[in-house]
Amino acid sequence: MNTIATLVKGEIGIISEESLDVIPLKLLEMGCLPGVEVELLQVAPLQDPLYICVNGSHLAIRKEMAAQIKIIKS
Amino acid sequence: MEIHKPIKVALIGNPNTGKTSLFNQLTGLTQKVGNYPGVTVDKKQGTCRLSINQTAIITDLPGTYSINPTSVDESIVLTSLLNTTDKDFPDVIVVVADIENLKRNLFLFSQVKDLEIPIILAINMSDQMDRKGISLDVETLQKELQTEVVLISARKNIGIEAVKEKIANCAKVSITYPLCSINHKIDGDYFKQLKAVSPNHTLYELWLMITQNNFPESITDEEKIKLLEFTQDVSMVKRYQHKETIYRYQQINEILKRTYKIDRTKAKDLRGKLDKVFTHKIFGYVIFFGVLLLIFQSIFDWSTVPMDFIDAQFANLSEFVTKQMNSGVLRDLITDGIIPGIGGVVIFIPQIAILFLFVAILEETGYMSRVVFLMDKIMRRYGMSGKSVIPLISGTACAIPAVMATRTISGWKERLITILVTPFTTCSARLPVYAILISLVIPDKKLFGYFSLQGFTLLCLYVLGFAIAIVSAFMLHKLLKVKSTSFFVAEMPNYKLPSIKNVVFDVIEKTKAFVFGAGKIILAISIVLWFLASNGPDSFESVADEVTNNIENSNLSATEVQRKIASSKLEKSYIGIMGKAIEPAIKPLGYDWKIGIALISSFAAREVFVGTLATIYSVESDDENTSTIKQRMRAEINPETGEKRFNLAVGMSLLIFYAFAMQCMGTLAIVKRETKSWRWPMAQLIGMGILAYVASFITFIIFS
Repeated sequence: MNTIATLVKGEIGIISEESLDVIPLKLLEMGCLPGVEVELLQVAPLQDPLYICVNGSHLAIRKEMAAQIKIIKS
Repeated sequence: MEIHKPIKVALIGNPNTGKTSLFNQLTGLTQKVGNYPGVTVDKKQGTCRLSINQTAIITDLPGTYSINPTSVDESIVLTSLLNTTDKDFPDVIVVVADIENLKRNLFLFSQVKDLEIPIILAINMSDQMDRKGISLDVETLQKELQTEVVLISARKNIGIEAVKEKIANCAKVSITYPLCSINHKIDGDYFKQLKAVSPNHTLYELWLMITQNNFPESITDEEKIKLLEFTQDVSMVKRYQHKETIYRYQQINEILKRTYKIDRTKAKDLRGKLDKVFTHKIFGYVIFFGVLLLIFQSIFDWSTVPMDFIDAQFANLSEFVTKQMNSGVLRDLITDGIIPGIGGVVIFIPQIAILFLFVAILEETGYMSRVVFLMDKIMRRYGMSGKSVIPLISGTACAIPAVMATRTISGWKERLITILVTPFTTCSARLPVYAILISLVIPDKKLFGYFSLQGFTLLCLYVLGFAIAIVSAFMLHKLLKVKSTSFFVAEMPNYKLPSIKNVVFDVIEKTKAFVFGAGKIILAISIVLWFLASNGPDSFESVADEVTNNIENSNLSATEVQRKIASSKLEKSYIGIMGKAIEPAIKPLGYDWKIGIALISSFAAREVFVGTLATIYSVESDDENTSTIKQRMRAEINPETGEKRFNLAVGMSLLIFYAFAMQCMGTLAIVKRETKSWRWPMAQLIGMGILAYVASFITFIIFS
């Protein structure tokens, strides 16, 4: 199963529709929506958190959360 | 000429959009910081002249990504917008957006627009459009959003006049119908019923009331009961909120497709390059440590000159007043109570200002977010979050705003631990204590030819403060059984050069708030101390005669006799009695009753230590010889050993005591307010007190 956490640095995926219920409202409001492209920009030195770009927003989220958001690799 | 009533304007926007820059441009030096009723969130307001007979009162609301709040700060935005009957309810709202993140900014805009309040959209950083390859069809955007749009660059002062003009014409700003009328598309019947509850409110207002459980005064009790019924099915409400968010973004995407174009090839990837360095697994930490070192070195090096200057000026002032006034109680109150009291506050303005300056620059440039990213995993090991780094760094200025800064941490346990350990970080109130003790007991030498040994000692104390904060956080993490789910998201803003105006305003505002807040306590305590030191029980009055009788036959000079009398008077005064009472308890730490007096008064606020010693020693010294406090402390002799009172062992022991003890009423009060219980501030007071006692006892033994 592919999630944001399985992306490698620089890779792009598309957030799958079935993730809608697991994404917290706050993250949705910041643009992290099903159907949009998500790029993994940086990984923190201890492999966590992850620095992503989604819908033009540059966000840092924890691996734990990233592992719940399913994606389709493009 | 008729003068119109001022127009009330609220500024709303995402964090990092330059909302504060626009606020600074509009209001300049008229801005004031107040408080919202019931919460400690700062309310920033200022006035702006729009035309000869028209002004506007501008309120800068806290930055937020959505009007659905996730923190106390953000809930201010919602409450301000729902209370239509409040006297401060805005006549017009200016939503500030950033050209680069227009999509996400329009999300917040769409929510505000649906409240049907007159609204203006100001798109900031428009001067960057060419460089970033962005083009925007403003006319079409205005039509699509049914809103006046202004392109501005707050930093370069572009478009500010246009914003003022639009505000002045706000009566003509259309509110028509909501942008999205989204809710009807989700579940027509549900929202029709909801709207039927109250005809006086818009559907979106009612929806916000039930999702956020925030009912303004304009809602009757009857309506409230009906509204509460809608909240019963929690999962449905949540699902509808998710749907609403998606619909809003769909609508915004459609609009932007027709109006916004970005040529990605033009965008220079400066952000990526800088991120690679700042978040590098080795360089990232090296740079962070370097930045900290620079801050602390500067605090100590840059502030000595202005501090010595201030110290000397207050000593001169005392001397001047002494010569000008006739002797008496009033003169003593002014020269020994009030002047040293005010001096004790003013003296640490340089250090606070330098610290706030660095914190402001780190925030402005966007570097602070990289620190959050870099530190999150490490901090989590100690039960905190990457966002705890900001309170811990701010704590080096003052624990009070630092405790308030923990609000951005969403997990309760992570937040609580951060609040509990923040007072260990070396706040600026400790600095005057450290500064005077270090300069008394640490030799003024250079380390490796460059770093001063005194500066290095100060750095060690900072590191010690952080270390003990981390260790106690780890213990609390293991001991505290608090249930909480933590959810972490941090925006990584683009790198920016700091705007001088924003930084200067920020430093002035925070320094002012601190000086006036802490200043009141310090001045009051100084006067009480002066009273306690110059009055005593019955036997107090006869001290002078007794001393004179006792030493009648010895051949002491007149000055020495005076000194003896003053010293015995202090001993017999109320404060002397209090100091003597605790002397047995503090003797193992190497302190005498005079230091005991300073310790007692420090429990209100630790910076009082220096002022207290100044008061004690100026009461003791004769009037004609008003030297600086440092000289007076250096001259103090321990009668038992005949050596200097402030030797290395006593100095180190005091440094450790002040590093660990919880001696700040202000912080205790704020912790109580933020945790809504006396339990946590009491735990801090007792726990840190025990730790301080034990640690300074050990230190004293090691160094004697």
